[in-house]
Amino acid sequence: MTDIPRGARPTAAGWSNTDDAAERVRRRHAADRRLRRLGAGAIAVAIGLLVILLSSIVISSWTAWTTTQIRLDVTIDPGRIDADDPFRGRYQDLVREAVYGLFPEVESAADQRPLRDLISNGAQFEVRERVVENPGLVGKTVSIWVPASDSIDQLRKGVIDRELPPGRRRVSDRQIAYYDALVEQGRVRSVPNTTLFTAADSRFPELAGLEGALKGSFYLLLITALLSVPMGVAAAVYLEEFAPKNRWTDLIEVNINNLAAVPSIVFGLLGLAVFLGFFGLPRSAPLVGGMVLSLMTLPTIIIATRSALKAVPPSIREAALGVGASHLQMVGHHVLPLAMPGILTGAIIGMAQALGETAPLLLIGMNAFITAAPEGVTSPSTALPTQIFIWFDSPERGFVARTSAAIVVLLGFLILMNALAVFLRRRFERKW
Amino acid sequence: MTIAVVFFVILILSLAGYWMGRNRAVALEQEAAAGRLHSLPRYYGYFVALWCGLPALVLLLVWLLLEPVVVDRLLLAGLPDRMTASATPSELDLLLQTIKNAAAGFVFGTPKPEITTAAAYYQTLRFAARAALVVCVVSLAIAGLVLARRQVAPAFRARNRVERIIGVLLVLCSIVAILTTLGIVVSLLIESVRFFERVPPHEFLFGLNWEPQIPIRADQVAGLGAFGAVPVFWGTIMVTVVAMAVALPIGLFAAIYMSEYADSRTRTVVKPLLEILAGIPTIVYGFFAVLVVSPLLRGLGAAVGIDVSPTAAIVPGAVMGIMLIPFISSFSDDALTAVPRALRDGSAALGATQAETIRLVLLPAALPGIMGGVLLAVSRAIGETMIVVMAAGLTATLSLNPLDGVTTTTVQIVTLLIGDSEFDSPKTLAAFGLGFVLFLSTLALNVAALQTVKRYREKYD
Repeated sequence: MTDIPRGARPTAAGWSNTDDAAERVRRRHAADRRLRRLGAGAIAVAIGLLVILLSSIVISSWTAWTTTQIRLDVTIDPGRIDADDPFRGRYQDLVREAVYGLFPEVESAADQRPLRDLISNGAQFEVRERVVENPGLVGKTVSIWVPASDSIDQLRKGVIDRELPPGRRRVSDRQIAYYDALVEQGRVRSVPNTTLFTAADSRFPELAGLEGALKGSFYLLLITALLSVPMGVAAAVYLEEFAPKNRWTDLIEVNINNLAAVPSIVFGLLGLAVFLGFFGLPRSAPLVGGMVLSLMTLPTIIIATRSALKAVPPSIREAALGVGASHLQMVGHHVLPLAMPGILTGAIIGMAQALGETAPLLLIGMNAFITAAPEGVTSPSTALPTQIFIWFDSPERGFVARTSAAIVVLLGFLILMNALAVFLRRRFERKW
Repeated sequence: MTIAVVFFVILILSLAGYWMGRNRAVALEQEAAAGRLHSLPRYYGYFVALWCGLPALVLLLVWLLLEPVVVDRLLLAGLPDRMTASATPSELDLLLQTIKNAAAGFVFGTPKPEITTAAAYYQTLRFAARAALVVCVVSLAIAGLVLARRQVAPAFRARNRVERIIGVLLVLCSIVAILTTLGIVVSLLIESVRFFERVPPHEFLFGLNWEPQIPIRADQVAGLGAFGAVPVFWGTIMVTVVAMAVALPIGLFAAIYMSEYADSRTRTVVKPLLEILAGIPTIVYGFFAVLVVSPLLRGLGAAVGIDVSPTAAIVPGAVMGIMLIPFISSFSDDALTAVPRALRDGSAALGATQAETIRLVLLPAALPGIMGGVLLAVSRAIGETMIVVMAAGLTATLSLNPLDGVTTTTVQIVTLLIGDSEFDSPKTLAAFGLGFVLFLSTLALNVAALQTVKRYREKYD
C-alpha cells in the first residue's frame, strides 16, 4: 500500500535508526553488560571470601601440627622413687635436676628458674609413665624426650620473634641463649603433635589435646542420632502418609517449619530451664547436650524425610495396596525402603549441623574446663565446638594455632559427613 | 550402670516375648480345631513384644526423670527440723549439695555429724530408689509379656492391634514438635514472669541503661544492676543492619547472575560452592572475625585515621553477612526461577534487554519470594550467637556509629548464663527475659516470611 522507496531516510517521525536511537541501544546493552558483570563479581566476591576464610584458618593452624621436644638425661634417684610403688614419687624434682644438670655452671636459684621454664610442666608425667612401665629403671639414668614449654615451642616456630626487645617478648635473652646451646647439643627436635589427639584439655597449650572433645562430640552425636532420627522419621511418616488434612495437622506443620528457624540459643535456654532446672539432669553431660541437639535437628530430619517420601511415586503405593497390603505394610515394606537414601542424606546433614552447633552447649555448661575424657554419656565433657571456644578464650599464645587446628579437625569431620551424604545421594538417587 | 542393665533386660524380655507370641500362634494354628490365624504369626510376636517392652520403657524413663526430685524431697523431709525450718530455697539447695558431696566422698575437713548422717540416709534412699526401679520395671515387663501372651488366639486381630500401637507411636512422635514449642514458650514465660516480678517490664523494654553486673541504686532489686534492654536491642539491630548490607547485594546479584545469565555448567559448580558458606559452623566464622576481619578493619581505620573499636558492630556484622550470602542467594534464585517463562518471553518480545527484563519484570514478580528469604535471613542474624559472642563486646551503648563497640541480645544471654546454675538472681532471669524477646521477634519474622513465601507460591502454581 504505502510506497516508500528502499533506502529512503526515515522522516522525523521515525526513531529506529537515527544516531540517537543507536546511542540509546548502545546504552541499554551497556546496562545489560553491567548487570551481568555485577552478578559475576558478586559470585567471585562470595567465593573469594570462602577461600580467604578457609585458607586463613588452615594457615593459622600450621604451627600446631608439630611440637618441640627436649632430650633430658634423667637420673631415677632410688631415694625419691620407690621401685615398688613408682606411681607416687617426686618426679618434678628429678626433671628439675636433669635440667639443671644440662648447665652445671648455673648455680644460683634465681638463675635456675628461667632454666626450668624451658621444660613443660608435663615432663614429669612423661618420666613417670616411663618408670611405671618399667620399674627396673630406678637407679639408672635414662635419656628421654620431654615436651618443651609453650614459649620455647613458639620460639622455635618463629611465633615469638627473637629480634624484638627483651621486654616485649615472653622469652628472656638468657632463655634464648640456653635454647641455642641445647640446639647445638642436638637436644631439641620437632615431632608431629600427637598430643593434640591423645590428650584431654589442659591449661598448658603444649599438653592440651582434643581427646575429651572428640569423645564428647561422639557421645553427643550418638544421643542425637538415637533420639532424633527415629522420632523424625516417624513424625514425617505420620504427617506424609497417615495424617488427615485438618487444622490439627496444619498446626503441627506450621510448628515444625517455625522450629526449624528458631535460633539455636533458644533451644539452649529450653535445655537449661527444663532438662537441668526442672528434671535436674547433670550439667555438662553429653546426654543433656544430645537431647537439646536432637530437638534442634528434629525439624531438619522431618523436612528432609517428608520430601524423600514425597518423591516416591503414588503408583508404588497403589500397587502395594492393590495386592492387599495394609496401609502400614505399604509404607513399611515399599515406601520407606525406597525413600531411605533421601532420609539418610537428610539425617547425615542434620547430624553435621548438630556437630558444629555451639551456642546451646554453652548454656548447658559444656564449656567447662575438664581435664579427663568423658567415660559415658552422663560424665561431664566438652565437645569439639565448645573446646574451640575454650581455647579461643585462653590467653596463652600457643592456643591460637591450636584453636585453628581444632577448627581444621572439625571442618574435616564436616567435610567427611557431607561427602558421605553427597555420595549416598549420587549412588542411590532414583529418577522415576 | 544399673540403667544399662535394666534396659538390656527389657530388650531381652521383648525378644523373648516376640518369640513366645509367635510360637504360640503357630502352635495354636496347628491344633486343627482352633481354626486359621487372623494375622501372620509374626504379628502375634510383635504384639507380645510391644506390650512387654513399651510400658516398661515408659516407666523407666518417667522414673529416671522424677527420681532426683522425689529423692531430694524425701531427703529434706528426713532432715531434722532445725536444719530446714528457717532456710531459704537457695540455702536448701546448698545444703542438699553439701550432703550429696559428702555422700560421694568429696569432703573437706570434718563434716558436721548431722551432715554425715544425712549423707548416709541419702545413700540408703538412692539405693532403695534404684532397687525399687529395677523391681518395678522388670516386673512390669514380665506382666506385660504374660498378659499379652494370654491374648494370643487364632481369632485375635494381631496385625490390626500392632498397627494401632504403631500408629499411636507415630502420632506421639509428631507431637514432640509441638511439645518442644510448648516447652520453649512455657519455660521462657515462667522465668520471664519471675524476672518481671523483680524488674518492671516497662523498665526492661524501654530503659536506656543496661548494667546487669554492677549495682547502681541501693533501692534496686537486691542491689543488682540496671536492666534497661534498649541498648542491647539496639546493638542487635546495628549488627543485623550491617550483616544485611553485606549479604543483600552480594546474595541478590549472585542469584540474578545464576538464574538469568549463567549456563547450567557454571550453576552446578557455583551453587554448591556458595552452599558451603551456609554449612560452616558459626564458631568458625567467629574465629575468622577475630583472627582476620577485626585486625584488617582496625588497620584500615588506623591507615585513614579513624578509630575502630575492637568490638565494633561492623566486624561481627560483616562476617555474619558472609554467612548469610547463600541464604539470600538461594531464596532469590528459587524465586527468580519460579517466575513463569511466559513473563520472560513477553518482555523479550517487546524488545527489552535481559537487564530490563530482570529489573522491570522478574524482580517485581519475584519480590515476595525474595522478601521471604530476606526476612528469614534477618531472623537468622538476630538469633546468631557465636559470631557476636566472639567478636562483639559486653558494654551496651546507644550509638549510631557502626565503628563503636556493641553488644547484642544473644551475647548478653550467653554471658549472663555461662557458669551460672542459680536460677534466682535477677541476672540469670534477665537472660530468660532477653530470650523471650528474642524468641518472639524471630517467631514473628519466621511466620511473616513463611506466609509471604506461601502466598507467592500460590500465585504462580
